[in-house]
Amino acid sequence: MKRREEGLEFFRQLLLIRRFEEESARAYSMGKIGGFLHLYIGQEAIAVGACAAIQKDDYAVTTYRDHGLALARGMPPGVAMAELYGKQTGCSQGLGGSMHFFHSETNMLGGHGIVGGHRPLAAGVAFASKYQGYPHVTLAFYGEGASSIGASHEAMSLAALWKLPIVFICENNQYAMGTPLKRHLSITDISLKADAYGMAKDRFVADDVFTVRDRIQAAVDRARSGEGPTLIEIRTYRFRGHSMSDPAKYRTKSELDAEKQRDALTRLEKQLLEDDGTKDQVAAIRETVEAEIAEAIQFAESSPEPGLELLEATTYDGDFAR
Amino acid sequence: MSTTTMRYREAIRSAIDEEMVRDKNVFLMGEEVGHYQGAYKVSEGLLEKFGENRVIDTPIAECGFAGIGIGAAMTGLRPVIEFMTWNFSAVAFDQILNNAAKMRQMSGGQFNVPIVFRGPNASARQVGSQHSHAMEHFYAHIPGLKVVAPATPADAKGLLKTAIRDNNPVIFLESETLYTFKGEVPDEPDYTVPFGKGRVAREGKDCTIISWSRLLQVSLQAAETLAADGIDVEVIDLRSLRPLDEDLLIASIEKTHRAVVAYEGWPYGGVGAEIVDRLQRLAFDELDAPVLRVCNLDVPMPYNAALEQQVIPQANRIIDAVRQVSYRQ
Ligand SMILES: Cc1ncc(C[n+]2csc(CCOP(=O)(O)OP(=O)(O)O)c2C)c(N)n1
Repeated sequence: MKRREEGLEFFRQLLLIRRFEEESARAYSMGKIGGFLHLYIGQEAIAVGACAAIQKDDYAVTTYRDHGLALARGMPPGVAMAELYGKQTGCSQGLGGSMHFFHSETNMLGGHGIVGGHRPLAAGVAFASKYQGYPHVTLAFYGEGASSIGASHEAMSLAALWKLPIVFICENNQYAMGTPLKRHLSITDISLKADAYGMAKDRFVADDVFTVRDRIQAAVDRARSGEGPTLIEIRTYRFRGHSMSDPAKYRTKSELDAEKQRDALTRLEKQLLEDDGTKDQVAAIRETVEAEIAEAIQFAESSPEPGLELLEATTYDGDFAR
Repeated sequence: MSTTTMRYREAIRSAIDEEMVRDKNVFLMGEEVGHYQGAYKVSEGLLEKFGENRVIDTPIAECGFAGIGIGAAMTGLRPVIEFMTWNFSAVAFDQILNNAAKMRQMSGGQFNVPIVFRGPNASARQVGSQHSHAMEHFYAHIPGLKVVAPATPADAKGLLKTAIRDNNPVIFLESETLYTFKGEVPDEPDYTVPFGKGRVAREGKDCTIISWSRLLQVSLQAAETLAADGIDVEVIDLRSLRPLDEDLLIASIEKTHRAVVAYEGWPYGGVGAEIVDRLQRLAFDELDAPVLRVCNLDVPMPYNAALEQQVIPQANRIIDAVRQVSYRQ
C-alpha cells in the first residue's frame, strides 16, 4: 500500500520536473529566458530519489543543472520559473538565474556555476552540522565531468578525513558537454575514487526511483550516524544537449533511443498503469501537474522585474563597502 | 583609557581569543594553526585553550578549506580561515571570488557569508617571487568583499574583532615583518575599530602620504627625514581598503594639496591607482600637483637582497616623490 502511494508521488515529481523542463525549453526558444539553460530531462530519478531519502532540515547543493533538485526539494514551480524569467519573485530574486537556484526555506544551497567549485562548500555545510552537533546530512551533487578538477579532490579528501556527514552524488550522464567519459578519465568506474580517501562507495543505474532512494538512504544513514561520507556514482543520461545551445551531435540517435528505454519516468508510468491499485490515478496526476506548470508560467509572466535598488543591497549585508 | 603593550601577533591572537570566548560559532582553521602553534605563532596557545574542535589543523588544501569555511559560514558559523601566507590564497581564489563574494547577491540576499580570511601578506625578507605577493590589489577589486590591512597592534586587534563580527566576507591582511612590532592596545573588553575609517598617523600641512600596512612605518620614517628638510608631511594610515575612507583623504588634500600613495604591489592598476582616481575626481580643484604612486617595480620579486630592496618601496623613493609633488627637488 505504502509503496503504491510512494510510486504515485514519485511519478508526480518526475513528471513535474520533466514538464517544467520542457516548458522552460519552450520559453527559452521564445526568448523569455536568457543566458544558459541546462535541462535535467532524463536525470529526474536522481533528484527525486535523493530528496525522498533525506529530511526537511538536511541540505542539498548542486551544479548549474539545478532545476530538478530544487523542485524535488519542494521549491514551488512558480518561484523556480520566475527565477528563469529573471523576475523578482524568483527564488533568488531574479539575480541568480537558471544556474543559481537558492532557497533557504528548503535548504537548497545552490545552483553553482564553476565545475567542482561547490563541492568544498558543500563539505563546509556538513562541517557546520557536525560542529554544531546537529544531525543534518548534506547531499552534494556533481557531474562526472568534475572528477578531475582539484576542488573535487580537496572536498573529498577533507570530508573523509573529518568524517563529515555528507553524501557525494556523482550524476554520471556520460558526457561532460561533448566529451564522453572515456576521453576525460582514466577509469570508467568513478566510485573507485572513494577508495583513495577510505570513503564508502556505491554505484548503480538511475532507472528506478525506489532504487535511487533506498541506495542513497543507506549512505545518508551512515552519514547521520557519524560514519562519514559516501561517494555514490549513479549512471544516468541527459536526453537533451548539455545546454540549450548544444544540438548534441557527438552522440548517435540509436544511443539516445537505447538510453530512453531506461527512462525512469516512462517505466514508472507503465508500472502504475499496469497496477489496478494505481492506474486510475495516473491521468489525474497528469492533469494536476499540467495545471501547476501553467500556473507557474502565468506567475512568472505576470511577476515584476527586480529593480536596480536590489543590487547593492544584496551585495553586502549592511552598508555597501565602496 | 588603560592600554597594554603588545606585539602585532599578540594583538591578533587576543582578538581571535576574545571572539572565540564571546561566540562559540567562531573557530580557527588553517595549516599548522593548532599543534604547531601557527607558522608565525599567531595562534600560540589557542589549541590548548579551545580544543581541537575549534582550532582546526588542515591538510595543505587551500581551495578545500576555504570552501569548507564558506559553506560553514552559510549555515551559521563564523570561521576564521588562516592562510599560512596570502600567496597561497591564489589556489583558493575561485572560492573567494565565486563563492564567498558572490553568494549573497546570487542567492537574492538569502545567504550571508560571515567569514574572515587572514594571514601575512606582501613581502617578507628574501622569500622570492612566489612568496612576496601583495594580494590586496586582487581582492579589493571584488564587490562583496571587505579588505582591511592594519599597520599597528591596536588596529590589528580592533579591526579583527570587527571583521569577525561582520556578516560579510573579510580579507584581513597582516604582515610578517610587522608581527614583532610593538604598540599600545586598549584594554577595554569591547574595543573594536570600525571599517572604512582611516587615521591620521602624523599631522602635517605640506603634502599627504597615503599608506597602509607595513609601508605606513616606512612612510613615517620618510616623513621624519622630510621634516628635517622643512617639508611637513601628513601621513594617513588607511587601515581599511574596501570600504575606503574618502572623506579623510579629501580633508587631508584640502589642507596639503599634494599627495603620494605608498604601498607594496605592482604599478598596473590596483588600490593605489584607485586612490589616485578618486582624488582626481573628488578633489581635482584642490590638487597643486599630479598624485604620484610609490610602489613595487613592475617585475616579479627577485631573491637577491639588494635587488629586493630596490623593488620594494623604500623611504628614499617616498621622499623623492614627495619632493617631486612639492616641486622641491
Ligand atoms: C571550472 C570550469 N570549467 C569549465 C566550465 C564550463 N563547463 C560548464 S559545464 C561543463 C561540463 C560539465 O560536465 P559534467 O560535470 O559532467 O556535468 P553535466 O553538465 O553533465 O551535468 C563545462 C566544461 C565551468 N563551468 N567551470
